[in-house]
Amino acid sequence: MAHRGYVITYIIIALSLARGLPAHAQTPAKLPVVATFSILADFALNVGGDRINVATLVGPDGDTHVYQPKPDDAKELGAAQLIVVNGLGLEGWIDRLIRASGAKAPVIVATKGINPQQMNEEGRIGLDPHAWQSIANAKVYVVNIRDGLIAADPAGEAAYRANADNYLGKLDALEADVKRDIAKIPPERRQIITTHDAFGYFGTAYGFRFIAPEGISTETEASARDVAKIIRQIKAQNIPAVFLENVTDPRLVRRIAAESGARVGGTLYSDALSPSDGPASTYIDMMRNNVRELAAALAK
Amino acid sequence: MQLHDLLIAPFADFAFMRRALAGAIALAIAGPPLGLFLILRRMALTGDAMAHAILPGAALGYLAAGLSLGPMTIGGLAAGVIVAAGSGVVARTTVLREDASLAAFYLISLALGVTIVSLRGSNIDLLHVLFGSVLALDDATLILLAAIASVTLVALAALYRPLVIETVDASFLASVSKSGGPVQIIFLALVVLNLVGGFQALGTLLAVGMMMLPAASAMLITADMTAMIGIAAAQGMLAGYAGLVISFHAGLPSGPLIILMAGLLYLLALVFGPAGGLLRRFKPGQHLEG
Repeated sequence: MAHRGYVITYIIIALSLARGLPAHAQTPAKLPVVATFSILADFALNVGGDRINVATLVGPDGDTHVYQPKPDDAKELGAAQLIVVNGLGLEGWIDRLIRASGAKAPVIVATKGINPQQMNEEGRIGLDPHAWQSIANAKVYVVNIRDGLIAADPAGEAAYRANADNYLGKLDALEADVKRDIAKIPPERRQIITTHDAFGYFGTAYGFRFIAPEGISTETEASARDVAKIIRQIKAQNIPAVFLENVTDPRLVRRIAAESGARVGGTLYSDALSPSDGPASTYIDMMRNNVRELAAALAK
Repeated sequence: MQLHDLLIAPFADFAFMRRALAGAIALAIAGPPLGLFLILRRMALTGDAMAHAILPGAALGYLAAGLSLGPMTIGGLAAGVIVAAGSGVVARTTVLREDASLAAFYLISLALGVTIVSLRGSNIDLLHVLFGSVLALDDATLILLAAIASVTLVALAALYRPLVIETVDASFLASVSKSGGPVQIIFLALVVLNLVGGFQALGTLLAVGMMMLPAASAMLITADMTAMIGIAAAQGMLAGYAGLVISFHAGLPSGPLIILMAGLLYLLALVFGPAGGLLRRFKPGQHLEG
């Protein structure tokens, strides 16, 4: 199995690190970690605490699908001792970038062990990479990142375990809150339109239907037929609300709402956190923000 | 009934289709006549260069005020005018000719724009913003497009005579009047204005297509300047309508299809155009006249 290969790599690197560490033990340098996008960075920070330094390749409000690597990013990767990626095809550019940067750090695939959903896009079936939209999956991310950190920095094992347990507890509380809030929305009203179908896992986990005017990738341009189909569908199925997303053209959504009579909801965050002064600067805030916006727009 | 479903129902049933058509018509009325003058003045690629030149201004407006029509329009206009005026001054005062100085200015402008955008860190929605969507025209954008078309038509009507003379024989106009300089500047300003309007609806590069393709095609159909303007505008409108209908039925993106339709009309004119198409060359007698 490929996984075993990874594990062996981790062990080898962990051993070599462990041998190297005692010399610098007096000045505890922070472990340099690179996460591909803001949500992974948030997970890593919660688990790593002040033992690690996290660099993020695609920052807040950035779009991971169409990211253009910068030289700085290759530098960060080259210096990293652990690289955290989402996998499932989200970061199509990461393999090339890692090779180009000469990075030798182990790569943690945060979705390892998650049961991936498929997305069907105009007949093309692909894996849906947005697994973090289900809090149950987010816990898998956290465990994978914890194990990766422990392998890369065994001296911090106790701290990583304590941090991860603490954060997993917060995620449990979050999950309970989300389920409670969603239970208040009548099931037949749990249908919304958003510009980017990043909510497949959220929909499965919490019983929502998300309908997107654009495809799996933010690069595709909507056709007149797609827009007409959605307007017809909103009218036919009485879909109560359409939502803007933080990564695509909001004008199209406003037009669809104006024409179909659906309510325009607030901003849902899917692929990226907001900047630190925004409403979704951490994963937990993002999920709370999304559920709050959904509940507000779908209430009668 | 079936024909109605095919050709009219999309517009009868959906307001966004009517808006898209209105926007395309506004662009088609004003853009192609300007494209015609650009071609006649051997500045056919100027439109493309200017379109790149306005990107950074629009991007700055976007970064300053978000997705708001006013700042983006003003920013685009400012950048376009700076590049047009700058390259004009360089052409008049240095050894560089107009095309070389325009190329230099628009490349600087474009590079500046890309840099500005990356400063903000998120480059994602800019493509969506700058490659506007003809399907998402709101009231403000439609009014802007209509206003630009009106201003362009009035200005062209007022300037028509000096503009034609300046285009055909600039030294003659210079010998009888001092209006040559101002006419050229106003003309370039109109081009910039239309490109800025066009990028709201179709996106920058496609706005250039709407300007140049119907114009080039009209020149193959007639040799009469007045008729050319009418034919060019009519072709632009036809392309807008056909592109939207096909986008509606075939599920293909609207902006590119509109330009593809304009391109198809151009190819037809290239073959069959009575004033310069390929077929005309093979008619008996034509060779001897040449």
